[in-house]
Amino acid sequence: MKRLLLILLLPLPMGCATSEVQPWERGYLAKPEMQLNADPRESALQAQIHYSKEASSGGAGAAGGGCGCN
Amino acid sequence: MGQRPPSLQLPSLTDTQQIVSLDDFSGKVVYLDFWASWCGPCRVSLPALNRIYAELQSQGLVVVAVNVDAETEDAQAFLARYPVDYEVLLDPEGNSPADFEILGMPTAFYIDRNGVVRGVHTGFRKNDEQKVRATLMELLNE
Repeated sequence: MKRLLLILLLPLPMGCATSEVQPWERGYLAKPEMQLNADPRESALQAQIHYSKEASSGGAGAAGGGCGCN
Repeated sequence: MGQRPPSLQLPSLTDTQQIVSLDDFSGKVVYLDFWASWCGPCRVSLPALNRIYAELQSQGLVVVAVNVDAETEDAQAFLARYPVDYEVLLDPEGNSPADFEILGMPTAFYIDRNGVVRGVHTGFRKNDEQKVRATLMELLNE
């Protein structure tokens, strides 16, 4: 049973071990649907509305938050 | 640099039955350019290269552009917007850029009349057009 489990789980880490994407292989990554943020302008607007309504800023990213200075 | 380039044999975009090799252009100065439709600077480089090609073609310049798009339709759509008169070859598998060890897109190789690689041009900015033209003219006048 243990051995079976091992055999079943073995391919899992291998599946993630892809080689580095080469400069000429970025075609699929460059497609709009592959972006982390499909519509940056829309989300910037959403953030603007959220911050003004909540009278807060920061917290949504790595920068800002807490000091009230940005 | 200073050596012969790796061998290159790829189908032509206009006629995929036709296999084009770098050896076909011996005695000419070759600007071998690797590009893709998703590559931002290629929107600048292809029209610029087409202008340079139009000017220097009669002096013995050949521009060979290797498209590395995985989908050939992407390349065709790009070329419909930015048409070029020079030879475009297809390498959807991306084997040739690996052979040439290119580090960015676009990357181009200057090959002189003796078939020797004399320089590499990586990336493309607006002002690069003059630089590329000047280098090619130097090689043509040798």
